[in-house]
Amino acid sequence: MAEFRLPPNSRITKGKHFPAAAASGNVRRFVVYRYDPSTGENPRMDTYEIDMDACGPMVLDALIKIKNEIDPTLTFRRSCREGICGSCAMNVDGRNTLACTAPADSIKGDVKIYPLPHMGVVKDLVPDLTNFYAQYASIKPWLQTRTPAPPDQERLQSKEDQELIDEPAACILCACCSTSCPSYWWNSDRYLGPAALLAAYRWLVDSRDEATGERLDDLEDPFRLYRCHTIMNCTNTCPKNLNPAKAIAETKKMLAERRH
Amino acid sequence: MTKEGRPLSPHLTIYRWPITMMLSILHRISGFALAVGFIVFVAWLEAIAFESVPFETFSAALQSTFGQLALFGWLFCFFFHLANGIRHLIWDSGHLLEKQQADTSAWFVLLATVVLSVGYWLTV
Repeated sequence: MAEFRLPPNSRITKGKHFPAAAASGNVRRFVVYRYDPSTGENPRMDTYEIDMDACGPMVLDALIKIKNEIDPTLTFRRSCREGICGSCAMNVDGRNTLACTAPADSIKGDVKIYPLPHMGVVKDLVPDLTNFYAQYASIKPWLQTRTPAPPDQERLQSKEDQELIDEPAACILCACCSTSCPSYWWNSDRYLGPAALLAAYRWLVDSRDEATGERLDDLEDPFRLYRCHTIMNCTNTCPKNLNPAKAIAETKKMLAERRH
Repeated sequence: MTKEGRPLSPHLTIYRWPITMMLSILHRISGFALAVGFIVFVAWLEAIAFESVPFETFSAALQSTFGQLALFGWLFCFFFHLANGIRHLIWDSGHLLEKQQADTSAWFVLLATVVLSVGYWLTV
């Protein structure tokens, strides 16, 4: 049964306020989820005022500015700052996205920043992705074959076959989709979630893969695959504009067609 | 899932609900309401067949403001569940799954529900 309320140790309290310097003009408020495991205190929301004239345009720029100039204890993951590493996935203004590709001026009012929803929080904006990665590993995200590779060349694909995997293979595993899914919130212990299922689909439709049957067997389960109720939050939120919901629907179709 | 002691990040309360998420939960709620409505329907049949409750009393209850509201609510749930159910069938066939299509079809389902339930209410 889904637990809708946050457990007592997770309820958010009011945090500190860091006002902007008096002279600054174009000020915006960033309200950021903070949790410090070393204090034993509940999470809190800290408010930082930032002069946007002295800050880059993206939400990640603001977070880096906060860390550099206001509060060095603020913790978050980031790496590439161009939407390809997936590290800075977080909940910005109520939607999961990559902070590095989310322009602050596309958000009205205070910019509210939380970690990815319904995840264990390691510190501040850093969620525990252990289960998420384990689920990805469980779909065996590698090429499985029985026939030996041709001795003199690679396993070739037609252009059309390659195009089938272009989109699902563009997933960067940022976890925005899975942590946007209410089904995943309530059943992440048994439901694989959109990211892992999109990856599973990528190998199901790969013309070179020879384990399609086994892959489908593994997915045919009331929880692993069929907890998807086409809520569409995954596709709505994907910062790479991929479509996990469609991949899952196609997988369900493959299973239905296999039964005949 | 979370290692002992770690807080759980907020979810339902902080997520900005897309229209598709709204319709998904409405689908469940309307399905539940329909099940409850069927109990009333069976009781109504029973009132006709066995007079366990005098039929006039039952009819009067349904004619009251509350009864009419409940009936309209039931009708609304029926048409919503029907329209959104068809949307689900189309999804199961692999169509209308692009982001924009899912949004547009959601509004279409809502429109169809209002038109059908109000139309039915006024004509029957």
